[in-house]
Amino acid sequence: MTRTGHDRRWSARGIAAALTMLLALLLALPAATGSAFAQVNPTTEAVREEQLMQALDRVTGRVSIPDRKAATLIQVEGQEWRAYHERTLAWIGGIAILGMLAVLAVFFLVRGRIRTEAGPSGRTIVRFRWFERFVHWLTASCFVILALSGLNVAFGKSLLLPLIGPEAFSTFSMAAKYAHNYLSFPFTLGLVLMFFIWALRNIPSRVDVTWFAQGGGIVGKAHPPAGKFNAGQKMLFWLVILVGAAIAVSGYILLFPFYGTTIAGMQTAQVVHGLLGVLLTAVILGHIYIGTLGMEGAFDAMGNGEVDLNWARQHHSLWVAEEERKATVEGKRSVPPTAVPAE
Amino acid sequence: MARLKFLCDADRCIECNACVTACKNENEVPWGINRRRVVTINDGKPGERSISMACMHCTDAPCKAVCPVDCFYNTADGIVLHSKDLCIGCGYCFYACPFGAPQYPRVGNFGSRGKMDKCTYCAGGPEPDLTAAEYQKYGANRIAEGKLPLCAEMCSTKSLLAGDGEIIAAIYKERVLKRGYGSGAWGWKTAYRETIDV
Repeated sequence: MTRTGHDRRWSARGIAAALTMLLALLLALPAATGSAFAQVNPTTEAVREEQLMQALDRVTGRVSIPDRKAATLIQVEGQEWRAYHERTLAWIGGIAILGMLAVLAVFFLVRGRIRTEAGPSGRTIVRFRWFERFVHWLTASCFVILALSGLNVAFGKSLLLPLIGPEAFSTFSMAAKYAHNYLSFPFTLGLVLMFFIWALRNIPSRVDVTWFAQGGGIVGKAHPPAGKFNAGQKMLFWLVILVGAAIAVSGYILLFPFYGTTIAGMQTAQVVHGLLGVLLTAVILGHIYIGTLGMEGAFDAMGNGEVDLNWARQHHSLWVAEEERKATVEGKRSVPPTAVPAE
Repeated sequence: MARLKFLCDADRCIECNACVTACKNENEVPWGINRRRVVTINDGKPGERSISMACMHCTDAPCKAVCPVDCFYNTADGIVLHSKDLCIGCGYCFYACPFGAPQYPRVGNFGSRGKMDKCTYCAGGPEPDLTAAEYQKYGANRIAEGKLPLCAEMCSTKSLLAGDGEIIAAIYKERVLKRGYGSGAWGWKTAYRETIDV
């Protein structure tokens, strides 16, 4: 009984459904003839550039060629890198280098050349032995060429190109690029050797606080005591070692492009390399000034390696005392001109 | 004067790579270099699209701006070309390019780069038109012959369009209106700072 009722109800429902379908078909007919594919709308599903850009700032897909870099369809970081390279770096580099030259010029006009107050003693003391000088000049000569060829990449097209024309400038830049690439190796070797021969002597000590407090003798007339290296030289040493290492590492990343780096990695390496490069160049300009024009007798230390005793007493009193002590311990006369080892 | 541009209608691209092959053959592109490539986005997923991409010959081109030897120049049609005689292979244009267009043949060990190579819009280089020297360095100069780039010319679905920017934009617009959808002019905003509004 219930079964029949159920069937009856079922069939009633079936008829109702059939009628609804028929009605729906009749209604849909004009629409279907108008557009056969109205049900499929690829627009809603299509991947769109704006969405991908907003999500990741880049569009990456799949390519069927071996070059993985080619899978990046659009990268907008390149625009930021361009802005950095063309504007930010140019400004920072210009201000740092021209600013340093201006500061040095003003300093020279105000302070003049720093003289050895007691005058030359006529007696000398060995400051840097041949190996130390060799390492210094190895690093220094490489750095000068690296800095100039680096500056050429950043500023050459605005400063040098209009003067010598595109062909000559391109030939020069090509040579400069090779020099920059290959001299990086002896430069890095120089950094490593400098670290080993001078790191112990450059560990900060309490004397350095006094040195800074008295303005290093650069500002004012004081002559703060200093060991073989004063606090300023120690600062320079660690700047050269640490910044130099960062420049070397970022440089090797650039020299071996896409070895484990992506385009973002290459851009970052270039930013670090360029920025630290111009800053270290500015610092080294100060170093060159004080080692040559800025201070009487300073160049001898790296020139022939022997400095005047009065110069040494004025600028590195503790070091001279130490050398004298060593000489006495070794049973020699106090500070003979040549027999004293540098360390 | 026309402003020549590329436009890839991604809704038509069937990833056949004929544009890539045509380019390689027409320009005798060296091994390992792809002036044009097809990138598939969302591969195998709903909404998958393939886009054929090469140098877009940007307005205010980033490569041109960052080149340390200033070896890029624009033709009267807005095509971005460069001189391989001046290029020093520094790699900067690749870092700046939004589309990964510049390529460098490997000339030595490790990463040493040769002279940069990229799509020339089939317009050769700074050498006199249709000379052997020009062909050897840059490939074909179809523009000098009054023809458009071969990649677009032989695209079987006419997905890749080359020609005056306004004309190809109008064609694309018409298509989108007719079929009722379009995934946009890929790269146009980045390259030309404009989009095609339909």
